[in-house]
Amino acid sequence: MITTKNITKKFGKLKALDNISVTFSKGECIALLGPNGCGKTTLIKSLLGMVVPDSGTIHFNNELISNKWMYRSQIGYMPQIGRYPENMTIAHVIDMMKDIRKGSNANPDEDLVKSFGLTDMMQKKMSTLSGGTTQKVSAALAFMFNPDVLILDEPTAGLDPLSSEKLKQKIIQEKQNGKLILITSHILSELDDLITEVFYMQEGKLLFHNKFAALKEETGEIKLSKAIAKIMREQELV
Amino acid sequence: MKKLLKYVIVDIIQNKIVLIYTFLLLVISLSVFNLENNSAKGLLSLLNIVLIIVPLICIIFSTIYVYNSSEFIELLVSQPLKRRTIWLSLFAGLSSSLSLAFFIGAGIPILMYHADSTGIIMIISGLFLTVAFVSIALLAAGLTRDKAKGIGLSISLWLFFSLIFDALVLFFLFQFQDYPLENIMVFLSFLNPIDLSRVQILLQMDISALMGYTGAIFRDFFGNTTGILLSFLGLFTWIIFPLMFSLKKFKRKDL
Repeated sequence: MITTKNITKKFGKLKALDNISVTFSKGECIALLGPNGCGKTTLIKSLLGMVVPDSGTIHFNNELISNKWMYRSQIGYMPQIGRYPENMTIAHVIDMMKDIRKGSNANPDEDLVKSFGLTDMMQKKMSTLSGGTTQKVSAALAFMFNPDVLILDEPTAGLDPLSSEKLKQKIIQEKQNGKLILITSHILSELDDLITEVFYMQEGKLLFHNKFAALKEETGEIKLSKAIAKIMREQELV
Repeated sequence: MKKLLKYVIVDIIQNKIVLIYTFLLLVISLSVFNLENNSAKGLLSLLNIVLIIVPLICIIFSTIYVYNSSEFIELLVSQPLKRRTIWLSLFAGLSSSLSLAFFIGAGIPILMYHADSTGIIMIISGLFLTVAFVSIALLAAGLTRDKAKGIGLSISLWLFFSLIFDALVLFFLFQFQDYPLENIMVFLSFLNPIDLSRVQILLQMDISALMGYTGAIFRDFFGNTTGILLSFLGLFTWIIFPLMFSLKKFKRKDL
């Protein structure tokens, strides 16, 4: 569904992405893992066209995405730090997004708006919201338009346990609907029952991209956190 | 485009700065016209305001606005929208609201007190200047990510067009005063949107006689319909070029 070929992106001297070639296919739930600053967010932003790679190509449904924009109507994106116009209320932001994406879906999915209890604070301004509530708005917007691809950048960071459980259930539900889901997270324990593939990056390079089941077999561990820890230790030894 | 434009304009109006700007212009123009019985003198005083204050407010407000809406831009870029649409909506929103502010604040008083060809040329050049400086502001904001640098750049650009450029031209004139420079002067005035408007309005005011031989050349070049059209074409290029350049920059920008 999404294929990248040799994409490279430099920020000054820092190589944020170094020759990344990968294919993400439909129906998978992929964990993008790696230490801080290894280029996960840059990769995500390149898929969305927010960052323009220096070289390499990205195809979405076999179509080159450079300078295209319609393909984004099939993507729901939840940023790591949601930044919204400060003097708009939650209701305004949601209405605006509905207005912008009108063509892509007739009946928006407002499950998360309801289950997160956003309905009661629709009139609050974005600048007065706590970090967690902003995250809830981002999550609700990402799922609202029934996209084929969900890109979630640290979805549960800042959410309380109850909300993060609700979000997890929603992710599982969407996964069963056969959508492609990309998640980055540093809380590996909560990824265990979500993901089917692991994509591990270090310093802008792709270290491995494997089925989660195969990874478990290889390392002999059941938990993702332990499996990753084992691999990282082996890396250090080499 | 229409949808986005609506949100941009609502946001600008909520900002209140544009409302204050309108009110300020209105107070200045009404008091200038009421100070003296001769409305032509009022118009001359207003000329300086149009040439100095309007570009200043437009360029600084637009630059700050673009930086402050970085969140908004970031949100929109991840949505199914063309970058071109986002940038042009910002431009259209800024220039239409500032033009409206100018029209209400200065245009209506001019029409009330001095509605002849001079007044109308002044309103039109004021509107052109507004849009041109919004366009230059977008260029300044698109060139650098740093807000302080961007605002600094736009203030320097304003300073350049309103003071430094004229000083350079004067210096050039004195250095080469032995040569016939009149035609070059006409060309030089095209390099500065403020000068273009100034020459245009002064010629309408019939005080070009005070400008000596160069004034006569100006009269000869700008005084007829072709000249007026050419100078507005010049102002129009001052809108299009910075805008296209900033659009090109924005299309490649990482957010």
